[in-house]
Amino acid sequence: MLSNRKNLLYYVGLFSPLIFLILLILVFSLLHPRFLHPLNIFNVMRQISIGGLIALGMTFVIIVRGIDLSVGSLLALCGLVGAVVAKGGLVERFSVGANADLVNPWYWALIGSVGIGLLAGALNGLCITKLKVPAFVVTLGGLSAYRGAALIVSDGGPISGFDDAYRWIGQGKIGEVPVPVIIFLVFIILCHIVLRYTVYGRHIYSVGGNPEAARLAGINTDLIITSTYIITGFFVGLSAFILSARLNSAEAVAGMGYELTVIAAVVVGGTSLFGGTGNILGTIIGAILFGVLQNGLVLLNVSSYIQQIIIGIILILAVAFDRFSKSTRQV
Amino acid sequence: MEPADFIVEMNNISKSFNGVQALKDVSINLKKNEVVGIVGHNGAGKSTLIKILSGAIRKDSGTILINKSPVDLAGPKVARNLGIETIYQDLALAGNLDVTANFFLGNEKSRYFFLRNSLMREEAKRVLQELKIRIESYTVPVEFLSGGQRQAIAIGRAIYNKANVLVMDEPTAALGIEETRRVGELINQLKKQDVGIFLISHDIHDVFDFCDRIAILKNGEIVEICRSTEVTKDDVISMIIKGAR
Ligand SMILES: Nc1ncnc2c1ncn2[C@@H]1O[C@H](COP(=O)(O)OP(=O)(O)OP(=O)(O)O)[C@@H](O)[C@H]1O
Ligand SMILES: [Mg+2]
Repeated sequence: MLSNRKNLLYYVGLFSPLIFLILLILVFSLLHPRFLHPLNIFNVMRQISIGGLIALGMTFVIIVRGIDLSVGSLLALCGLVGAVVAKGGLVERFSVGANADLVNPWYWALIGSVGIGLLAGALNGLCITKLKVPAFVVTLGGLSAYRGAALIVSDGGPISGFDDAYRWIGQGKIGEVPVPVIIFLVFIILCHIVLRYTVYGRHIYSVGGNPEAARLAGINTDLIITSTYIITGFFVGLSAFILSARLNSAEAVAGMGYELTVIAAVVVGGTSLFGGTGNILGTIIGAILFGVLQNGLVLLNVSSYIQQIIIGIILILAVAFDRFSKSTRQV
Repeated sequence: MEPADFIVEMNNISKSFNGVQALKDVSINLKKNEVVGIVGHNGAGKSTLIKILSGAIRKDSGTILINKSPVDLAGPKVARNLGIETIYQDLALAGNLDVTANFFLGNEKSRYFFLRNSLMREEAKRVLQELKIRIESYTVPVEFLSGGQRQAIAIGRAIYNKANVLVMDEPTAALGIEETRRVGELINQLKKQDVGIFLISHDIHDVFDFCDRIAILKNGEIVEICRSTEVTKDDVISMIIKGAR
């Protein structure tokens, strides 16, 4: 039986990010009158959506004891490839203009961006499962390689100027709600259902909890692990497209340091780096927490350097807490 | 005995791990309605032998016949599809998942990809209650359960799938007296239902109680395979330790 103490710790662990988030919102709204203005709220939500989509994929990866450090670099590469597709090729890619005629419509750009994401995710997953190189090393290599590829594609300059339909995905609204937020919501629900209610989701948790037991039960663990990187690649591609649509530009420096914020959001949201536990709702809370934190600190004119320090500290505290609650559980 | 009714024939099986020879030319077989005990010192190669049969590890050489046809046990799923169910020594449970999830691991009941959780819970409950195992909560992660409760889940899961060949690697190591007795009844009952059973155990009394034949392994080699009615416990103990009667 669970002792009361362990129970208490369990629930504190479950709700502490939520409590922290509520406190943060309270403090910022007291310190800054515009924080709770609907415009700002939608702004924050739009911002969260882009990193949040990647965090959805990262949740799958971390539940199976993996990590993906390549997402930031891949984001830049995917966005650029999408933009190049829209412009009709590498030669035409720098044709600029406020409403430049695109050779190919937005959905081809989306397919290009997502396609590269899927491919890179598959590559990450295969290196990890077939070459048996640790995920940390493979995706650290990816972090360098995909950024290099992005720099080659961009040749140093941004690719910008997309048509209305393209930009609408990043800048448009349905009613009052920004389009990226709606896309994010759809995938939140989808991922939550997949992880929680499907056979595939169950297999993800089992591989994270005890890979050997999963293998002995006849589950193809390599396939499950690889699929989580492919899912993450998909979300990176999607999110890259949305980001370039919002900024009306794709550039090689996009997504610098994204891996840290994304991983931090997932871990703060209660997904254990030791694998086997975690859920989408926690990740959403983690993502909102960092989005609110960044937005609030910007409104309060806190320097972005200090923001980085704060994010780093919160990440370490979250992992320390996870470790602590794990060690008390294994009595 | 007429050699016509073997359901498992393992011939000349060898296996080494990075130079350590765990099994040397081991041959063993099993009929239906039969329990064959496998005994031996720690590290004798018992688990390695049965893991080859359950597809968990691959042999280096030798042949395996199931119902007279040669098979390539390339993975756990292959063995399971051939009707071989295994209770592993380390139980092979995912500690983060609950009783039901572990019970149906890799074998989930679903409808259009969606888990049928309440159906699975009812089934798991029914089987475990037959085993007379008390489990307070079916929704708590199994890492919070006792060793015996976890062992019961592993046993229940293996018998649920109605195997032709049941492999039990120290199935009662963590069980209490009553629960062990229940597993004994179960072995006898399954035996009557045409199942063949490999039973690995360090408990020499259990081995004599349940097994028709006993295989003694020492340093990866078979010392002897004998009918349990034709040897004494002292003979077997002596073969385990000294490699001879
Ligand atoms: N995966 C592995 N990698 C390397 N060596 C292994 C592996 N599995 C088993 N061995 C070695 O093979 C030998 C036989 O091990 P095995 O687990 O089959 O013994 P056992 O008879 O089941 O012992 P016990 O009674 O302790 O369970 C041992 O020397 C062990 O160290
Ligand atoms: Mg063993």
